[in-house]
Amino acid sequence: MANAFWCIVEDDRQGTPKKVMAEVIGEAARLSRGQTEAVWLTDKASAAGLKQLAEWGATKIRLLESAAFAPYRSEVWVGAAAELAVKEAPRAIFAPVTSRAREFVARLAARLGVGLAADCVAFAMDGERLVATRPVYAGKLLAKTTWAKTPSVATLRPNVFRPAEAQPGRTAPVERPSVTLPAAQMKFVERREEVATGLPELTEAEIVLSGGRGMKGPENYVILEDMAHVIGAAVGASRAAVDAGWRPHRFQIGQTGRTISPKLYMGFGVSGAIQHLAGMRTSKVIVAVNKDPEAPIFKIADYGIVGDLFEVVPELTKEFKKLLEK
Amino acid sequence: MKILVAVKQVPDTATQVKISADPRAIDTTGITWIVSPYDEFAVEEALRIKEKRGQGEVVAVSLGPERVKEALRSCLAMGCDRAIHLNDPAWNGADTLATAKALAAVIQREAPGLVLCGRQAIDDDMGAVPAQLAELLGWPCASWVMEATVDGDGKTARAARQVEGGLEVFDLPLPAVLTAQKGLNEPRYPTLKGIMGAKKKEIRDVKATDLGLAVEPPQLSVVMLEALPPRPPGRILQGDVPTAVKELVRSLREDAKAI
Repeated sequence: MANAFWCIVEDDRQGTPKKVMAEVIGEAARLSRGQTEAVWLTDKASAAGLKQLAEWGATKIRLLESAAFAPYRSEVWVGAAAELAVKEAPRAIFAPVTSRAREFVARLAARLGVGLAADCVAFAMDGERLVATRPVYAGKLLAKTTWAKTPSVATLRPNVFRPAEAQPGRTAPVERPSVTLPAAQMKFVERREEVATGLPELTEAEIVLSGGRGMKGPENYVILEDMAHVIGAAVGASRAAVDAGWRPHRFQIGQTGRTISPKLYMGFGVSGAIQHLAGMRTSKVIVAVNKDPEAPIFKIADYGIVGDLFEVVPELTKEFKKLLEK
Repeated sequence: MKILVAVKQVPDTATQVKISADPRAIDTTGITWIVSPYDEFAVEEALRIKEKRGQGEVVAVSLGPERVKEALRSCLAMGCDRAIHLNDPAWNGADTLATAKALAAVIQREAPGLVLCGRQAIDDDMGAVPAQLAELLGWPCASWVMEATVDGDGKTARAARQVEGGLEVFDLPLPAVLTAQKGLNEPRYPTLKGIMGAKKKEIRDVKATDLGLAVEPPQLSVVMLEALPPRPPGRILQGDVPTAVKELVRSLREDAKAI
């Protein structure tokens, strides 16, 4: 049986793999017994990017480089990747959870006629069988799932798996397989960039600050942004705050928003409704600040302060500043 | 233009879910069922496209047991013209691929110009059926759509999909699959007239054999469900704000090593 674990590379569209790939490669390497292959579909791969993949532990890099891969369109990517997958018969195909990777591997799994497990938070080998654990029902339960045949296709939740440590100087052969490129059906019109906040992306951030209904209005998020700039955090919001029009939807954490799993989550004026917990309960450390001692978020918080966020936040920013200046 | 909307009935988020005697499934007694929220955005968008064009038909489709009729009835109350219920025990335990195959078979028969789905269902959060459907049909697909328009002659859809850092806008030749992201629209509430009217609209039962489909074993199956491991009990930091904040920062640094 083929043993290679494929890691579909997610990049910054400028030729550099995203750092979440250290997690995907790290987990694949743990399971693959030495055959961890990075498969990179891109219009341009940088030399530094290829080096980075090898240092993270890719034992081989399969580089599919063509202008046709940008911007991402499922019909083009799937045709190219499926042709290679049929030829090479990998044991598994892993990708990080991103907007495009979720769609891409779902479609790829259908082309290959195999199962897909999305948004996995753990893997284990049960003999020869790969078993994936994934949150279901708003994160209230975990489902252990398995595949009827290989390749086992899965997406991995960012910030959950231990990232591979880069070993400087480690190298890997780069293969450039030739594949047939299907014609694109979708025609690219334009890309509209979000206004840059200067803060990390919500799903990639190691620290996330979240403001709920207790923020009282859109004008008050600036106090969270001030703290975020001090500690390098992203700023999110609860559904209540988004539905009130205080923050754009892309900042919503929860069931109908983003799922995050940072090292540190701090909720300010967030009550902790089930649909919010669905989007952040796998965070490593949870801090809650809320005036209401009965707020459900205190049930899952590691540290809580019952108090007025408008007093706590400036004080906390001041203390973080002091700490980081040391 | 005919538009088909695929919806899923899921437990309400606030419902407590318990694992049943069969550890692979939840105990469905006492559960409140709803149309998955993202699917409501899809239904709303289909209705808006139809209304804007001044003609056409919106067909709601769902796969699942008898109770799913209630979800389809809600879609009809919102304004869908008719519904198809993929109602067959053969589909018990269907994974995303089996579901997509059943939907694809219906779509081939119905031949709509556009298929709309929610970006994912909020029970298993797999988010795979729409892309798999597009694959089986050989259609283009845009996921996490925040804006959608269909041109006058019904040949092209323009869709803005949400990606990290912005929106990407594409023209898709129709037929195509679009998946609705929150923010696409604000779903309407059914009117009393809509609710009454829904009772007279058709919900057609379809079995696997009607579609010429053989029952296949799932490619992905649940081995077991588990409760979440309990989180260690938390600590409420006492004292006035400066004291509590100092203790929080110390704990985050020294105990949790989170900063």
